[in-house]
Amino acid sequence: MSPMNNPQDLNPSSLKSRFTTRFLRALTKINGQKPISSSSPREMFQRYRRIKVAADKSMAWSVRSRRTWSRAMLWKLRSRYSCRQASSSRRSSVRTSTIIKSRQAKTSHEKENKNTTTGQDEVGFVVQADKLRKLVPGGEAMDLCNLLGETAHYIKCLTTQVQVMRKIAHFYSL
Amino acid sequence: MSSRRSRSRQSDVSRITDHQITDLISKLQQLIPELRGRRSDEVSASKVLQETCNYIRSLHREVDDLSDRLSQLLASTDTDSAQAAIIRSLLM
Repeated sequence: MSPMNNPQDLNPSSLKSRFTTRFLRALTKINGQKPISSSSPREMFQRYRRIKVAADKSMAWSVRSRRTWSRAMLWKLRSRYSCRQASSSRRSSVRTSTIIKSRQAKTSHEKENKNTTTGQDEVGFVVQADKLRKLVPGGEAMDLCNLLGETAHYIKCLTTQVQVMRKIAHFYSL
Repeated sequence: MSSRRSRSRQSDVSRITDHQITDLISKLQQLIPELRGRRSDEVSASKVLQETCNYIRSLHREVDDLSDRLSQLLASTDTDSAQAAIIRSLLM
């Protein structure tokens, strides 16, 4: 039938089905929150934000704390929520400064090692690795091996997320 | 004598780590549609990382676009029957 389905998806506890269930539940909640009759740009934007956060949160929750990136994303979502609720920014700033310190220690250490061997490629490698750290949740505090492993898993989850969202949009537009 | 031993141990450690890293990078290469078909010795490590960054950025953009599309569709659908159909098709 559809090339997207494979035997693994029949498993109700597969990542795809866990994400789908959670995300659909979140969409129902968002849909029920407000009668969406008017479509002022501000309301449209808010709804878009809520859906995006729901998608990321559903994916991170489906992975739970088994991965560094999902833990980092859940932490970020939670702290953003609590910042909006109350002014508990002190906790997040302490955490951020320790992450930045460990990141500076790690990248300067890596740069030292890379500069002893010659070649543009090593320097390009470190530059790209730093860019990657910014894209993967929690990447700033990871060493290189962890970063590469987490990136692979993060990409797999992102592609699942996109697959499911596309399918949902297709069905909603029928 | 001791300095020579410690130096060789250091290079042993870095050889193991380099091999690990090369392995992880080739695994990453297989996940990226741009680079999937090519042999791992053809593509430099920094190129793999660069394409990985581009791929993740494009996936983020897709999630954004789909969220936007869903926010527009959400208003105008009968979600319950749609959801039943979605679950049936995705999980069976």
